[in-house]
Parts: sequence; C-alpha cells; structure tokens
Amino acid sequence: MDEIFHFIIGKYNYWASLVLLFIGLYGMIAKNNLMKKIIGMVIFQTAILLFFVSIGAKRGATVPIIEFGPDKQPLLEASAYANPLPHVLILTAIVVGVATLGVALAVLQKIQRVHGTIEEDEVLEDQRQ
Amino acid sequence: MMIDQAPALIIIFPLFISLVLTLAGSLGPRVAYGLLLCGMAGSLLFSLLALGQVVADNQAIHYRMGDWPPPMGIELVIDHLSGIVLVLVSACALLTAVYSLRTAAEDNPDRLHHYYALFALLVTGLLGMTASGDVFNLYVLLEISALSSYGLLARGRGPAYYATFKYLIVGTIGACFYLLGIGYLYIMTGSLNMLDLAEIISRPELQESVSIKIGFSLMILGVWIKMALFPLHAWLPNAYSKAGITTACLIAPLMTKVSVYIMLRIMFTVFSVDYIFDSIAWSQVVIYLASAAALIGMISALAQRDLRMMLCYIVVAEIGYMTGGAWVANAAGYTGAVYHILADGLMTLCLFMAVGAVIYRTGLTSMAAMQGIFQRMPITAVVLVIGAASIIGIPPTCGFFSKFYLIQGAAQAGAWVFVAALLIASLVAAVMFFKLLEIAFFGDPQALEQEAASGHGHGEHGGQPVVARHEAPLSMLIPMVITAAGLIVLGLYTKEVVEFFIGWSIPAGF
Amino acid sequence: MKRLTLVILAICAVIMLAAAVDLPDWADPASPASTHLSPDFLEQGYGETATPNIVTVVLADYRSYDTMFEAVVVFAAALIVLVVLRHTPRKRRKMLQHRPVREGRDTVLRGAAQLIIPVMQIFALYVVGHGHYSPGGGFQGGVIFGASFILLALCYNLKFTIERFREQAVLVCVAGGVLLYAGVGAVCLAMGWNFLGYAGLAGILGVGEVMARSHGILAVEVGVGITVFSVMMSLYYDLASGGDLDEGL
Repeated sequence: MDEIFHFIIGKYNYWASLVLLFIGLYGMIAKNNLMKKIIGMVIFQTAILLFFVSIGAKRGATVPIIEFGPDKQPLLEASAYANPLPHVLILTAIVVGVATLGVALAVLQKIQRVHGTIEEDEVLEDQRQ
Repeated sequence: MMIDQAPALIIIFPLFISLVLTLAGSLGPRVAYGLLLCGMAGSLLFSLLALGQVVADNQAIHYRMGDWPPPMGIELVIDHLSGIVLVLVSACALLTAVYSLRTAAEDNPDRLHHYYALFALLVTGLLGMTASGDVFNLYVLLEISALSSYGLLARGRGPAYYATFKYLIVGTIGACFYLLGIGYLYIMTGSLNMLDLAEIISRPELQESVSIKIGFSLMILGVWIKMALFPLHAWLPNAYSKAGITTACLIAPLMTKVSVYIMLRIMFTVFSVDYIFDSIAWSQVVIYLASAAALIGMISALAQRDLRMMLCYIVVAEIGYMTGGAWVANAAGYTGAVYHILADGLMTLCLFMAVGAVIYRTGLTSMAAMQGIFQRMPITAVVLVIGAASIIGIPPTCGFFSKFYLIQGAAQAGAWVFVAALLIASLVAAVMFFKLLEIAFFGDPQALEQEAASGHGHGEHGGQPVVARHEAPLSMLIPMVITAAGLIVLGLYTKEVVEFFIGWSIPAGF
Repeated sequence: MKRLTLVILAICAVIMLAAAVDLPDWADPASPASTHLSPDFLEQGYGETATPNIVTVVLADYRSYDTMFEAVVVFAAALIVLVVLRHTPRKRRKMLQHRPVREGRDTVLRGAAQLIIPVMQIFALYVVGHGHYSPGGGFQGGVIFGASFILLALCYNLKFTIERFREQAVLVCVAGGVLLYAGVGAVCLAMGWNFLGYAGLAGILGVGEVMARSHGILAVEVGVGITVFSVMMSLYYDLASGGDLDEGL
C-alpha cells in the first residue's frame, strides 16, 4: 500500500504532464474547429514543457544562481542548486512554440478569408466546390 | 583556417544570406537572386571541403561550437554519412536556386526577397540538422526547417492554406513527439550529446529500461510523422502538391530525405544495432509498414490524374524503400537505404523540375499538360525520361543500383514481403511512366491547345501556340540537365560511392 | 472516428503512464539528470564566465548555438507571418472590415498607459542587462519591451503605434538582432576561435578570456532582446490587422 502511494505521489509530475499531453493531442486530432485545434496544440506543447521543466527540480536546492559567502567567495556546491539545463531547453522550446503559434494563427486568418469559415468540415465542403 | 571552420560555415553562410536578404530587399529581384545563389554555392563549397577532409583523414570531424568540449557544449559531427547528405542537400538547393529565376518571380510578384530569405532559412535548417551532433539542437533546427517550409507552402494558391494548416498541425505533433522522446532520454541519462547518449545507453543497467524504449519509440514516431511513412503520410501529397513550382522542387526532395537521415542517426548513432534489433524487436512490423508504404504509394500515384499529386505519392513510396532498407538489419540494406537517400534526392528533384517546367509552360497541372511534349519541349522530355527510368530502376541510372542493394539486403534478411513490394512497386512505376510517356509521345498537341485556349491555363501563356517548339527557359534547363546527368553519373560511379563514403559509415554490428 | 481517436489515445496514455515505473521520482537529487551534466555546469560555469546566473551561462554560452537558432526561429516566424498575410491581392483588401477607429477618447486608459509604459520599458532594459545576476535575459526583457508597445497599440490604436514605430524599422530590428548575435559569433571566428567562442573577443575588448565570455553573453542577450521585441511587434501588427496594417484592434 505504501509503495503504491509512493509511486503515485512520487511521480505526480509525469502524471500531470501526460494527462495534459493527451488532452492536447485529442483536441488537435478530434476537434472540428480549427481554432480549437490550435488551442489543443498549445496545450500539447505546454504539457511537454511542464514535463521537461519538472526534470530540473531537485530537493533541497535553490535557483541556479551562484550565491556568495560572507567572504565574497562563490559557493560552488552543485547539490545546492537546481539543474539549469532543463530551464535552458524549455526557454528554447517555449520560443519555438510561440513561433509555431504565430504562424498557425496567420495561416488560420488566410483560411478564414479564402473559405469564409474556420470549421473543418465547411472548409472541406468549400474546397470540393 | 577556412577548412577548420568549414563545418560551421556550411550552416552559418546561408543563415547570413537569409538575414541580408531580409535587410537588403529593396535592391531588386536580380540582387536577391544573386545573393541566394551565392549562399547556396557557399554551402556547397564548404560541404565539399568538409567531405574532402573527412575522406582524406578517414575520420569524422568534430567541431566544437563556442569551443566547449562536447557533452557540455554542442558539437557538429561531419562523418562519411552526414558529409554526403550535406553535399546532397546543398547541391540540390543550389540547383533549385538556379532553377527559381523565372518561377519564383512569377509565384511571388511581391516580396520575392522574403521568399528567398525563407528559402535560405529552410536550407540552413536542413544543413544544420544534418551536421548536428546534439539531439536537442537537432530539434531546434528541425523546427526552423519546418516553420520555413510552412511559410513557403502557404505561398501557394487558395487551397494551399488549408493543406498547410494540416501540415502544420501534423508537423507539430511529429516535432513534439521527438521532443518528448528527448525528454525521456534526458531523464534517464542526463545527457543530450549523441555520442555521450550512445555511451550511456549501452551500459547494461539501461538495456531493459522501459523509459528508454518509450523515448526511442517517441523519437522514431516523431521522425516517421515528419517523413510521411505510411500510414502517417496523408498530409504530404496535399501539402506539397499545392505549392508553387520552386517550393515543391525545394521541399519535396529534401525534407523527407533529411528526415530519413535523422532516422538513421537516431537508430545507429544514438542507439545501436544490438539495441534496436534485439532489445526492441519491431523490425518485422516496420518492414511490413515499409512494404505497404512502397505498394500503396505507387498504386496511389498510378491513380492520380494530377501530375504533382502523382509525384508526391512517388515520394511516399520511396520513403517506404528507405525505411525498409534501414530496418532489414544488414549491411546491404543499410547501404541501399543510404544510397537511396542520394539517388532519390536527385531523381525526385529531376522529376519535380521537369514537371515544373511543363507546368510553367502550359499552365496546366493535369496529365493533359504532357500531350506532345516530345515535340514542344524535347530536352525537358528527355530529362523526364531519365528521371522516370531511375524511379523504375533501369540501369545505368542510380535508381537501379539502390534497388539492387535494397533487394539484396531484404533477401539476405529473408524479408520476402519487402522484396515482393519493391518489385511490384517497380512494375507499377513502369506502368505509370509508360502511360505518361505515351501521352507525351502520342498525345494530340491540338487538344492541349484547345484546352489552354478555353481558359484553363493561367496567365499569359494561354494564348501562345502550344504546338510549336517551346522549350523551357535556360535557367530551368541547365539545372534540369545537370540533375539528369547526375543520375547517370551517380549510377556509373556506384561502386566508388559505396566504397569511399557509405562503406565507412556502416554501423558496428552489421 | 472521434471515438476511435479517443480510444487509441487512451491506450497510448495508459502505456505511457505505466512506463513511468522506472522514471526517477520528482525532485530526486540522485536522478541521472541531476548527477550527470548539471554539476559540471554549476561548478565550472561561474569560474569560466564570471556570470553567477548559470541558466544564462548555459543558455548564452555553453549552448549558445541553440539560442542563436532560437532567435532565428522567431525571426522566421515574423517573416512567415508577413509573407503569408501580405499575399492578398490589393483589390480584396477593401472587402475586409475592421473595427472602427476611435480617436480622442479613453482618457483614463491613455493616462494609465502613459504612466505604465515608460516603467515597463525601463524594467525591460533592467531585465536584459541584469540577466547575469538574476532571472532574466534577452527573451524575457524583449517580451516585456514588446508588450509595452502592444499596450500602446491597444490603448491608442494600431495606426498611432505604426506612425511611431514604422514597419520597416521593425523589420530591420528583427533581422538586426539575429545579425548582432551571429555577428558576434562571426567575429570570434575571425579572431581564430570557433564560431561563438566568446574568448575570441578578449583581444578586441582588452579583457581576459573569462570576462570576454561575460561580455559576449551580454552582447548576444542584447541581440536576442532586440529580435524578440521587434518580432512581438511585427506579429502583433500583422495578426491584429490581418496583414493590412490599417486599423487593427
């Protein structure tokens, strides 16, 4: 019993991000409204960002900015600071996500102008004619 | 000094050209075209220098970005495999750049310099992906090439927007799966450098790790989506067939080939032969998928009435060939897959260029546009015949030799389904191209003239007498002829290519 | 079809959740991610670059090549949005309708904007400049700076903002920021070091290699900041007005 409890609580960051991930993926695949697809895409990307950023956490550690002791000497104890690498990766991935979102919105505006709708079935209907 | 810095310059040079094109847009289309050519030629030159050095020293170049040693910093790795893919990508990009003089200007009456800037960015992304030795860096460059391809594809006409949107959604899913896969690997290993990852993954305690397997599956799945492997291929024909002529020539041959290259990198550099074919026993399933891709791709191509749709389905089929070759798990299959990356890059480019020239002259994209092109555009027709021969696999074109290695590899592995799929797909391709060439040879040019006159054609070409000889402009002919010649030369020098380049890159364990 | 999708996704979700068995626990100090590479960054980063914020160090020095392409990604996004939305032939533009432009009202809104915007901009500069010592850097500062202009456009209108910050100037900033970043790399290359090896700046700046890296980080962060802020504006200009740059929201 204790082990199961530990399994659930100890890895809750993965559960949370995976659930979000599949919500986003479902939105991207199954929604008819193209704007909702984009919203699904953003949720999907955010889930992955959460997944990554949760790797950086470390118990008993503070933000990865080197602190200085009373004698102005830097405290270079690696266990005192959180892992900086996931933060860097996430910063990059966030920017990529924003760029994709911008492009998606621009293309969506064009779809709206050309087909007069952002519902997928109506766009397909319009294309068939 | 130039040679030492060549790996960085391959990628940085087109990037600078792209920035300059954005800033110097007001200088006119001629200047923009010149800058683009200069950028692509620079990349080709540096790629050749780097490849030359790799072959001369017989060892890979490891270039440290920012002078940081690899697991901490990012490194570029140019070995025999990435070297030839770099040369292929930059050569195809240069040929397409030359070809784009008329077509790009016609498709982009305004903002040509921005179009060219995106062109250069796409090439930067592809080259960067090929040279990168870091899995996360590869993701960033993957997104650069993906984003610029969305931009280029959305320059097409009306229906292109919806097709691009679908491609964007699917492409994002693919890239995010890849990113998530990196996440799993990073959690389990703490590293992002490919060689460092390979060393850690080969440790016995990680051999049975479920998370590593999930990470591998996610990365491979992401790449499969990106390279449009059956049954994840539906986006490709829609997106590529509605693009402008230049865009199609640039994207269709290169994007999917570089994705295949990434698949090989993940499989054989990050993971190892033992891991993939012993710990993860999927290869049977993948070979079935690849066989289905080859068959369904070719049969769908046969069913198309639209020329570009047909070519796009051929691309889907060719992806099946390469995937199958990589997963039959022996040296011949691997050689076939890598050789086919080169061969297919060139032959797809050749066909897209020839068909693009026909579309440019007639303004039609249906099969009917081919009527009588042997009289109207004899050189284009010959180029088309060579490209078709290579797709079918007729010696001495390189398509024959790649298929030869693929079939040899499949036979050694006992993957008779794949052998059958390859042979049947070749037969279907032969039927398809004979049908096409029949129209081209015996078709009635008068019918086309009537069709063009009745207003189906676009632009100013509609009114011209189409029966008269009306060859494509020189800027299109030269790259077309070079590509077609390249197909035959590559075929004639198969032994040397395999011996000097591919042979050295065969992963340990085969 | 949708049910099928849901079922497939649910199966995938169950597989992936079950596969979390051998992932390390949350915030486990002994996990491979915390023990393999990150101690090296934390222990060597300050000594090699004289910059206490290790995230900045990794972002702009150890993995600066990634960060350069990150700036290129936003540059590409601005370019694509421009290229996609401006494709409309001129005759169609008249058909498009936007909200009417309101002039000369909303005193409270404008007064508040006048108060907030300068503070935002100074804060943005602080975030860029202080990125070596506290959370911050080019992206964060650039976003805040760009947001201040978007606030201006929201409180006044798009035309008002475009008159003050022309689109041509925005585009020059977009490419200029990336050019600054890549230019720093190219200068290092010209000084005989590898691309983006900031130690190559030591000779030019007249400082030691360690300080040169610190200055190099600042220079590329400024480049990133310029790109991000101008891309924010460029995206807003184009998306808010449907590519017409007339009235917008």
